[in-house]
Amino acid sequence: MSQRDGLDAPPPPDPREPVHRNAVPQPPQHQTNLGRRQFLFAGAVAGMGRAAAAALHDGALGGPAQTFRGAVPWAEGTADVPPSASGSGYAYFAPAEVAFIEAAVERLIPSDPIGPGAVAAGVPFFLDRQLAGKFGRGDHFYLVGPWAKGTPEQGYQSRFNPAQMYRAGMAAIDHYVGAHFPGATFSTLAAAEQDNLLKGLEGGTIELDGGVDSKTFFAMLLQNTKEGYFADPIYGGNKEMGAWKMIGFPGAHYDYREWAPRHGERVPFPTVGLKGRPGWTKSQP
Amino acid sequence: MTTLKPVDAVLVGFGWTGAIMGQQLCDAGLTVIALERGPWRDTSTDFATGFAQDELRYMWRHHLFQNVAYDTLTVRNNINQEALPMRRLGAFLLGTGVGSGGVHWNGQIWRFLPSDFLTKSHNQQRYGKKSVSDYDLSVQDWSVTYEELEPHYDQFDKLCGTSGRAGNLNGKIQPGGNPFEGARSSEYPTPPMIQTYAPTLFGNAAAECGRHPFPHPTGNLSEPYVNPLGAQLGACTYCGFCEKFGCGNYSKASPQTTVLPYLMAKSNFMLKTECEVLRVELSPDRKRATGVTYVNSAGEELFQPAEMVILSAYVLQNVRLMLLSGIGQPYDPKTGVGVVGKNYAYQTMSSVNVFFDDKILNPFIGAGALATVIDDFNGDNFDHSGLGFIGGAYIAGMVTGGRPIEMIYTPQGTPDWGLEWKHAAAKNYLKSFSISVHGSCMSHRGNYLDLDPTYRDVHGRPMLRMTFDFTANEHKMSDYATDRAAEIARAMNPREVKLNRRTGSFSVTPYQTTHNTGGAMMGESPRDSVVNKFLQSWDVPNVFSMGSGAFPQNAGYNPTGTVAALTYHAAQEITTRYLRNPGPLVQS
Repeated sequence: MSQRDGLDAPPPPDPREPVHRNAVPQPPQHQTNLGRRQFLFAGAVAGMGRAAAAALHDGALGGPAQTFRGAVPWAEGTADVPPSASGSGYAYFAPAEVAFIEAAVERLIPSDPIGPGAVAAGVPFFLDRQLAGKFGRGDHFYLVGPWAKGTPEQGYQSRFNPAQMYRAGMAAIDHYVGAHFPGATFSTLAAAEQDNLLKGLEGGTIELDGGVDSKTFFAMLLQNTKEGYFADPIYGGNKEMGAWKMIGFPGAHYDYREWAPRHGERVPFPTVGLKGRPGWTKSQP
Repeated sequence: MTTLKPVDAVLVGFGWTGAIMGQQLCDAGLTVIALERGPWRDTSTDFATGFAQDELRYMWRHHLFQNVAYDTLTVRNNINQEALPMRRLGAFLLGTGVGSGGVHWNGQIWRFLPSDFLTKSHNQQRYGKKSVSDYDLSVQDWSVTYEELEPHYDQFDKLCGTSGRAGNLNGKIQPGGNPFEGARSSEYPTPPMIQTYAPTLFGNAAAECGRHPFPHPTGNLSEPYVNPLGAQLGACTYCGFCEKFGCGNYSKASPQTTVLPYLMAKSNFMLKTECEVLRVELSPDRKRATGVTYVNSAGEELFQPAEMVILSAYVLQNVRLMLLSGIGQPYDPKTGVGVVGKNYAYQTMSSVNVFFDDKILNPFIGAGALATVIDDFNGDNFDHSGLGFIGGAYIAGMVTGGRPIEMIYTPQGTPDWGLEWKHAAAKNYLKSFSISVHGSCMSHRGNYLDLDPTYRDVHGRPMLRMTFDFTANEHKMSDYATDRAAEIARAMNPREVKLNRRTGSFSVTPYQTTHNTGGAMMGESPRDSVVNKFLQSWDVPNVFSMGSGAFPQNAGYNPTGTVAALTYHAAQEITTRYLRNPGPLVQS
């Protein structure tokens, strides 16, 4: 039997930190995933071999310090299962922001007969859940000062966590649009104008107010849009695995040994996600 | 502060070098405690096959990586700039937790060339004195030779069950292997992996070009294997979620799959997780370590006395701990005096994308080290006369997976978004791949590590500051090797070839490779190095510093094989000579 002398589980985390316009950036909350950890910790006390709840954290400090000796610890029912997006509607985006984000991501990945656009793939919902959650709070960003602009080679130097970056960025873009196209917002512009504006952000030729660096915002938006388009459907995007089907990626398969030596053949596996695929599991929509 | 019961040895960090050293020291009968700042991790719980294939969570949300919210480092290109924190992981993906980078590495297992250990003297002899001093290079010879390390490379191959084909067995060149490698004392424990379509096309084209292709040696196993510690590994299933991910299948060599089942059962071994070592404590005369002070996740500081301190964290942490603890003299780039932090180096990466119209390559069938590779332009395997650089690169037709957020290649000039991008992604995903050019990085007078004067980690300690840029030597080498890769690419008769050269200054984005080296380099004397050939500190002889920090410069190979061999080499000397008579193993 393995032994453990773990400390008591830490106190519960604060409820999700609301994000306010012009909020002063805070250091990230120490995410603890506590409900599950407490449950598991109780399980370990009840005699499971593994005292391992601490493994179920995402790099955050504050898991119980533990001592392991005598065996590799293990207990059933402790898998570090992925978080998945749930519910419907928007939890992070305000209505005006929804108009922006749906318009913007659809220009980044437009719909046509070749494959789904970002909106049909559920990218706005993916972004919403990401920004409402740990990523939005910058749980893996170092967000402590002092602050300086830095060189391009020094990477992300914004004071904003991603949720703050989006909020400030979306507002600043509509402010810019209003100044150049009176009465308009990004979402009411023609597609060609929207593309021009996105190119200006991408290249850094458009200057935004509100402390937002246009290139930094654009790079984050584009990266997250592609994430929502191509990530496993459990995160709320890549609806019906349409983006995977478009390119020919079969998804979360485990074993290609038979196909490794079969050069140039199409692998006939059906597209599958971590939760399976339609017709395979009843729970899959 | 609580003082704990003394132990014979304390391991600071528990990845590959901690696991190997722990096993070696426990087998010698020592009581050993390992302190790991991250959590426990094991295959079935933390990266089981049911959910391991998750690109967003592991790659892009950094689930297994060091969380920079609490501790990162600052980076600048030269001493005239202000270093700023790497606020998000990018160029390199640091590990944490039990197994650390050994969990989410590719499993590329290389040996350095015999001449790589003689970078200064060998190149000087063949190309003249200027070749090793141009561009303010500060290259040095290692104080260990390939021949001394060979038995330990062999040990690591047998621990991992490395899949490959020998190219040089006891001095005899073998067909199908790497003819340039140093002599091996035995064949690889398991045969090479199956080469998928793209690596096969690369190998055929390379042979047409007169090169010498061979299967990349892999820690992704081609068949089941039981290692000398009794740990059993399974055959790789080519799932394509390997590097940056944990293997759910027990088929990638890691501390978990090769050492822990054996080591955890030893009654003289103990592992503490969520315990971060703050500093090594020294005796009043600073010639002896008395143990380490660490902080657990409750915020309690504890003192763990130990007869011997093994720094077995990642290179950047080992160097930082030495600087924080006052072990050795810090390097000053202005005067050239001091050694700790000196000769920090990296890896010079570039690539060539190949696009076909008529070939379905199925890039999602992959593994972390699945490649056909040539070594013709690595190290000093080719004549550098008149080229204006030293060093080289291996060139690999490599398919580690087809994870679509990270690994969609689009032709030259394609925008990064919009319909044109989408169409290019849809058209090329199945029919393109990337040739990797994995180049050396020489050390340079201005590239070094020290403590940042401004930024602090969550414990209030100064962060490490990295001052680094590629030199003209690296750019020339990389361009030359990239051109050689492009020749092979064109010989495959594709529709298009796209060169991604290494241009400009080192940048913290995008991802390049987690092969940071130097800062605690080995050498012949305390004047030119931090540790001796047994990784023993010259200044504090009961402190040993593992890992790639010992590299005086970085060769054109992945470092893990050499890191492991150095660990075994040190362990052998510790368990035989040092324990009988603790003190300096090399007289300075």
